[in-house]
Amino acid sequence: MTDRRPKVAVVVFPGSNDVDDAAWALGALGGDAELVWHGSERLPEDTRAVVLPGGFSYGDYLRCGAIARFSPVMSAVVEFAAAGGPVLGICNGFQILCEAGLLPGMLRPNASLSFVCRDVALRVEQASAPFTSRCQRGQRLVIPVKHGEGCWFAPPGLVEELERNNQIVLRYEGGSPNGSVGDVAGVGNERGNVMGLMPHPEHAVDPLLGSGDGALILASLLDAARDRATALV
Amino acid sequence: MKATVVVRPKVGILDPQGQAVEASLRQLGFSVADARIGRVVDLDVDAVDVVVARAEVERMCEQLLANPLIESYEIEIAG
Repeated sequence: MTDRRPKVAVVVFPGSNDVDDAAWALGALGGDAELVWHGSERLPEDTRAVVLPGGFSYGDYLRCGAIARFSPVMSAVVEFAAAGGPVLGICNGFQILCEAGLLPGMLRPNASLSFVCRDVALRVEQASAPFTSRCQRGQRLVIPVKHGEGCWFAPPGLVEELERNNQIVLRYEGGSPNGSVGDVAGVGNERGNVMGLMPHPEHAVDPLLGSGDGALILASLLDAARDRATALV
Repeated sequence: MKATVVVRPKVGILDPQGQAVEASLRQLGFSVADARIGRVVDLDVDAVDVVVARAEVERMCEQLLANPLIESYEIEIAG
């Protein structure tokens, strides 16, 4: 029944603190989330997708994500991504993927220097597998952010290049809460199977808690994970 | 061998910390501009000579201590 409930490896770094919400949300949406300690050198055998959750890995020392990227498990994550497996980084997970060179740009302290913790409106710029297949292009999503260093930076010219390659997946609507270049909230790699975003879809999977829009992103990921399971059989 | 690495935000990179500190210094009556905040890393490197130590620290900077996208670095080795 692996196909029905695809295995999603949720990586736990020292200092990750959104692990349980991510695992719960993925489970509630039909996935089989398995927590994987960062010291592990491999992912569970039947892993169909990987999520790097939010938090403050290694206390955000040096630069956010700079130390976590050298965790033993990251070699397995890089290998999984290279094989086309979907990898989603949320908040600190996004920072780690940028530091690891799996995603373009990097995340800097918020321009305001204030920690932001509130719902933000996002615009879906790309509606495609594996992260936004359940959305429409131009759709407005409401998902919370909570970060002090979410100001995505890319050198001049890179944003335009990413735009041409359809790698800008999500933008903040009505202004960026952190000063990110081009109001970018979520960006993918060239191949499209790795994405990072600052907002927390795992905190927005039930309208009872303000918004269920995050479920669209996580359910898209699970669709892709299921397809991958079928393709690999 | 003692080594010191100074990591700075590259020219043109937004440095909100530097801006906040600059504003604060101005408030105190100092006439300053372009405050930039970086990081200092002191190390004791196990190396046979200065050349080897410098090469070693250079590799540390490239791999971990600085992010070339936004930061520049300077290495000082006290032989």
